[in-house]
Amino acid sequence: MSKNNTVYIGKNKSFWDRNRRSGGYLLKRRAIQVTISVVRALLIFGLCFMIVQPLLTRLSMSIMQEKDLYDSTIILLPRNVTLDNYRIVAELTDLKTIGGGWHFNALLNTLWVSVLVSIFQIVSTTLVAYGFARYNFPLKKFWFALVIALIIIPPQTIQSALYMNFANFDVLRIFTLFGADAEGLTFGQRLMSLLDGTGTGLIKLLSGQTWNLRANVSAYLIMCMTCMGLKDGLYIYMMRQYFQGIPTSLEEAAYVDGCGTMHTFVRIMLPDALPTIASCFLFSFVWQWTDIFYARLFLPSSAISLYSTQMSSMVTKMGRYFSADASKAVVVPNGRQLQLIAIAVLICAIPLIILYIFTQRTFVESLAMSGSKE
Amino acid sequence: MSRERKLISMQRRRARTGYLFILPFIIGFILFMARPLIQSLIMSLNDVVMVPGQGYTMTWKGLDNYHIAMGADPYFNARLVEEIGRMATNTIATLVLSFVIAVILNQDFKGRTLARAIFFLPVILSSGVLPGIEKQNEFYDMMAGVAQSVENASGVNISAALQDLLQVSGVGSGVFDVIFQMIDAIYDIVMASGIQIIIFLTGLQAISPSLYEAADVEGCTAWESFWKITFPMVSPLLLVNCIYTIVDFFMKNDNRVMERISTVMYSDAKFGVASAMSWIYFAVALAFILISSFIISRAVKSAQ
Repeated sequence: MSKNNTVYIGKNKSFWDRNRRSGGYLLKRRAIQVTISVVRALLIFGLCFMIVQPLLTRLSMSIMQEKDLYDSTIILLPRNVTLDNYRIVAELTDLKTIGGGWHFNALLNTLWVSVLVSIFQIVSTTLVAYGFARYNFPLKKFWFALVIALIIIPPQTIQSALYMNFANFDVLRIFTLFGADAEGLTFGQRLMSLLDGTGTGLIKLLSGQTWNLRANVSAYLIMCMTCMGLKDGLYIYMMRQYFQGIPTSLEEAAYVDGCGTMHTFVRIMLPDALPTIASCFLFSFVWQWTDIFYARLFLPSSAISLYSTQMSSMVTKMGRYFSADASKAVVVPNGRQLQLIAIAVLICAIPLIILYIFTQRTFVESLAMSGSKE
Repeated sequence: MSRERKLISMQRRRARTGYLFILPFIIGFILFMARPLIQSLIMSLNDVVMVPGQGYTMTWKGLDNYHIAMGADPYFNARLVEEIGRMATNTIATLVLSFVIAVILNQDFKGRTLARAIFFLPVILSSGVLPGIEKQNEFYDMMAGVAQSVENASGVNISAALQDLLQVSGVGSGVFDVIFQMIDAIYDIVMASGIQIIIFLTGLQAISPSLYEAADVEGCTAWESFWKITFPMVSPLLLVNCIYTIVDFFMKNDNRVMERISTVMYSDAKFGVASAMSWIYFAVALAFILISSFIISRAVKSAQ
């Protein structure tokens, strides 16, 4: 009974020894493992670098003086460092009065608008999602199909109609049918006015004019209250998915103990769903922060200066800004334009990145939770 | 008898509460989605003139706006075709790439948390105004064109050189055109695939490890268990991701069709034409979503 006959792979044996005993299998396996992890590391590093690199380039570009931009020997590290570019961008995007002090108007406006909008969006979508997840009612499938439609229909389709509606806001546009402002219209045209939004409504009937709600934030808040804001369909879908995953026994126990509907919802369901709600809130905040579509539609820069709208009109302002004579625009060199835009992008993105660093877990993990219930 | 009635009334009450909960959505959808949809459809068939403070007037024009959008507008048609082509390749590339990355990020390696955080960063960085802002700049376009031609002339462009090489070696050029288009657009694709990676990742994490253990015991190689376990388990998410990618692409701010619609609407104040354009655009998007979901759901069924 000698030990040499049994195949014994001990710790004291060297790798090569063990490899020989396994007939080359061990080496093959190790080689495959190493190759896989090297390829993986390269791939991950390369792609990560690709995502982060534009930020780094912008950072280094942002502190270059203008002459460094045209110096072909300078690629990443600036030779002449300056922070003056930030001042210029701040003046162009309404963060600072020209020649005056800093007031951060555009960013502060963006901040409160985003917070307000997100709160309205999340409150209404949470309620709706809970209704879809927990209650049975006639036509439920139909309404939920409309939620999906809401995700799919690009808001651009109704852009012009919404613009018209809120620029000439009115309620109950049915009075044309009954003869107000209807000289020379046939009955068919009067009927049509019910549909196409040209009918005279209550507000015009009483005050002689329609309201322009585009001038303040109220129009957009009305939209958010009724789940028609930016990507609201997605939030409803995500939260419904989560609510459906919570076992019903807790609620049933609460009902048996005499809890009312609202009470159960607020005391039992909401605390449970808090991570998902938080992540939806963060998404909503972040997307609202950079949104340009609804901002252009409802909050023109003449009414509220938001950072996103300021940023998009920055290029057109540059020509005026750099010319000595305020009535004539000069042509700003491309490199300079790109540099200033890069700084504007940085100013926009840095608060978000800081927020993201602190809330990364909420972002990624609660999305994971809502997804795993599929 | 009375008990039954009680049950029915209980159900009815719950139905009523349910409707109360979703009431905001119903009101919103009717007022701010359905009605504007009808309105914009009507607007697209009319000539719309805005009268400040008084509303707007319409004169019936039939399909004229559609003719203008498709025929007379110098940019719309070309950009629509261009964007559709870009979307088709980008969607496929996004799906493949996000799936591969999700599989990798699901494995255990050092620095995984950091890598996940970075891959999810584009969700923030490629939203709203940020991706479009540099492309809105027409000088930038010009400059990119110049840079491209310089690269081509000096032979620095690696993908073009590779492409030439492969074409010389006699491989079908059509396929490689598409692939190289994807490689050139890799930055856009990575920036657009944050959410998709997360969705695939959640799907991967939902797979029970015991399945892999069982397969391992039965002598499955990693490659086999990938195709027999991982892929079928995650493939239903392909559909979700595909729809999400298409919708996301169509609504992106750097989309040049959208840019054109905005210009026609805000700068030229041609509301009728803008509506017609958005309807054409929406119809194309919907057709794409329907076709791709049909194909994918078929493929997923046959894979399972």
